[in-house]
Amino acid sequence: MLPTDIDLEVTVPTQTRYLALVGNIAELLVREIEEYAGDRETLAYHLNLVLTEALANAIEHSLCCSPKQKLRVHIHVEGESLCIQVYDQGMGFDLDAVPQPDFEQLDERGRGIFFIRTLMDSVNYHRGSNGNCLEMHMKLARHA
Amino acid sequence: MNITAEEKGDKTLISLKEERIDAHNSLELKDFLQKLLENGRTLLIVDLTPVRFIDSSGLGALLSGYKNANLRQGHLVLTGLQPRVHSMFELTRLHRVFEIYPSLDEALAASHEGNPNAANRH
Repeated sequence: MLPTDIDLEVTVPTQTRYLALVGNIAELLVREIEEYAGDRETLAYHLNLVLTEALANAIEHSLCCSPKQKLRVHIHVEGESLCIQVYDQGMGFDLDAVPQPDFEQLDERGRGIFFIRTLMDSVNYHRGSNGNCLEMHMKLARHA
Repeated sequence: MNITAEEKGDKTLISLKEERIDAHNSLELKDFLQKLLENGRTLLIVDLTPVRFIDSSGLGALLSGYKNANLRQGHLVLTGLQPRVHSMFELTRLHRVFEIYPSLDEALAASHEGNPNAANRH
């Protein structure tokens, strides 16, 4: 029997106060992934962190925009594939221009995208006239 | 942010009573540490016991306190790290930067005379 797929969409205001809400939703979602073969608590923390960093990054690049603008999060689990998409309507940024952090330099910033790149298998960013999308993929270990 | 400072001799114990440090409250933590340092409290122990989640901005706030303490010939050390919080320090190699003590008693007893081998026994 194939595990149940999950499709979840959440929309929140572009404000940091909602980071915990979305992060907690991600942790709860992990409980619903049937037949997950890995460490569920670790996956929950990692998804919380990835979403927190993605939303905080989108909020940072949305400061010029109306506070009424929203962030939309789409999480899709199908088979062994986990896909997270974070849509924003801000200025956007160049993902390829974000360097790996220099661990010898004690910069206070620059670790958010590093966390996302490290914890997810692939990360892409699309800028469009109707908004931007940070798309992240992870392969899940699931029992058949 | 629910955070308190308590004088312990020449040291100051900062207790975070939050489960989560992220971009919503990390600036408050950074400012709190900065004000203590400006007021002459330069030996800081940050107890993270209740914290079960920290993001890059939270790490940045602690790093800011660490660097500012060093500039004032002081120290900022950490204790009470939950395993997953500790793993975020490992992932970013910051466990090599901070002195991390497994218990508050050990953090209070540490001399802070520049012996990094005394710490990071988490």
